[in-house]
Amino acid sequence: MSDVSATGLLDALEAGDISSVSLVQQALDRIGKIDGDLGAFTWLDGERALEQAGEIDRRRAAGQPVGRLAGLPVGLKDNICVQGWPTTCGSRMLEGFRAPYSAHVVQRLLAEDAVLIGRNNMDEFAMGSTTESSIFGPAKNPWNTSCTPGGSSGGSAAAVASREVLLSLGSDTGGSIRQPAAFCGIVGVKPTYGRVSRYGLIAFASSLDQIGPFATDVSSAALMLEAISGHDPRDSTSINCPVPSYTQELHEPLKGLRIGLAEEHFAKGLADDVRQAVEQAVAIYRQLGAEVVSVTLPHAQYAVAVYYIVAASEASSNLSRYDGIHYGHRATGKHDLTGLYQASRGEGFGPEVKRRIMLGTYALSSGYYDAYYNKALRVRRLIQSDFDAAFQKCDVIAGPVTPNTAFRTGELASDPLALYLQDIYTLSANLAGLPGISIPCGLSPAGLPIGLQLMAPPFAESRMFRAARMYEEQTDWHTRTPTLTH
Amino acid sequence: MPDLSPDEVRKVAGLARLELSEDEVASFSQQLGKILDYVNQLSDVPTDGVQPMAHAIEVMDVFREDIPQPSLSREAALANAPKQDGRYFVVPAILDGA
Repeated sequence: MSDVSATGLLDALEAGDISSVSLVQQALDRIGKIDGDLGAFTWLDGERALEQAGEIDRRRAAGQPVGRLAGLPVGLKDNICVQGWPTTCGSRMLEGFRAPYSAHVVQRLLAEDAVLIGRNNMDEFAMGSTTESSIFGPAKNPWNTSCTPGGSSGGSAAAVASREVLLSLGSDTGGSIRQPAAFCGIVGVKPTYGRVSRYGLIAFASSLDQIGPFATDVSSAALMLEAISGHDPRDSTSINCPVPSYTQELHEPLKGLRIGLAEEHFAKGLADDVRQAVEQAVAIYRQLGAEVVSVTLPHAQYAVAVYYIVAASEASSNLSRYDGIHYGHRATGKHDLTGLYQASRGEGFGPEVKRRIMLGTYALSSGYYDAYYNKALRVRRLIQSDFDAAFQKCDVIAGPVTPNTAFRTGELASDPLALYLQDIYTLSANLAGLPGISIPCGLSPAGLPIGLQLMAPPFAESRMFRAARMYEEQTDWHTRTPTLTH
Repeated sequence: MPDLSPDEVRKVAGLARLELSEDEVASFSQQLGKILDYVNQLSDVPTDGVQPMAHAIEVMDVFREDIPQPSLSREAALANAPKQDGRYFVVPAILDGA
């Protein structure tokens, strides 16, 4: 399966060259063989997946209508509810929890006949950028298993990068799709806030969270986003506007494309190998006739500070639902009600989750609310205004996804602030609600992938995909695969 | 900003209904102090007259007709409860002598 894409497999399924059952069986076999070293999957629904695949094969063979993703195996991050599946958010708090209903995106995928094969590993409650804080143990980077695949959707990214599956879903609150996509050399998309329903996504920071796809190429990612997008009355922030056909428009190059470069994205802290790869990508756009313009994002430097106040505040509120009573971990021993809450939460949450609950509770507490939370919301507005002004001058903004390539697992575990600062290039898109994509644009001298980020104005995903595809068509980075020892 | 004092850490943990070990109090006091010191750079940004932005898009109130819809059965709602009696969630006694 090395340089095959999901859309390529669909063609083969349509032509009758392969069956969905064989694809699902191949995926399960490959996971069985290599996932012990990767930790990309935490749970599999193999038997049911094979049954579903058989049913889709029969319908297809009989000439009956099938969905747009019919027969393709898909992995799902452990924070997206699937009725009856364990849904644990990588946390002891939700160990043994089985979702009583399915997320909107899961209903959409099933309606398109995707075959959901299992759970992808993640940082606890999606708080992290290394997939180290999962109770299932860390996920590893297929390009170098001593390195992190990134996070928090590290399992979803490692599964696609290692070609266990060719499609998966993750969630992105501050870069949790784009950063692991960059570290693993695949395509990852964070849609416009409101494009995809959050119904059934376990909440972390509700004004920032979005679900999005991982794939091996732009076309497959566009197809997956097309399938999961659209209005859902069960999420009041879901936007009721038509979903364009991203895949149909994808191969039309954009005439007169203006690529914006922000000096803030190339300031100190950016590793040379990443800078060079991004500059080479920009040079390719120039060769294709794009105009490269300078833009400024003067408040970008405050993104980390704003994000960690806003996200932690929302998290402290969202995670107050874990009380040890309705579901989730409950402490044993004799407690009064408040003591039961405290002990259950103290035992159920890991260190990073506690740290953020503490930070958020502090920022929202009486006496500090204006200085921290309210101040952060005002600076958030300024960050968004910078983008509004920048998009007057350009169509997409290009830059790095991460300041460096994947680092070693555990390297930054003891310094939370240093780890937060790694998110500098991805956080702004969440704060401003913009769509962003990471596409492979190089390999470092050490053989680790480098990502190119494109950001577009709200609901300009189609433009973003077309710009991404223009670059992809000229390069073969997306066809490079890691050499696993198996 | 210096470390957050251990007493302050305990107070915030109380507000968050979070039991912390003494080791956690010590490490959070240092780590949270460092993070707050970093985020304090926001006080340098002039924001007079800037409206706070709580959502990435302009969120409007969304109304719907108040019509009963099917929802989780009692059994499904109780299925994940760590302690239940088949009809209710079970909590420790809240009132004295209850």
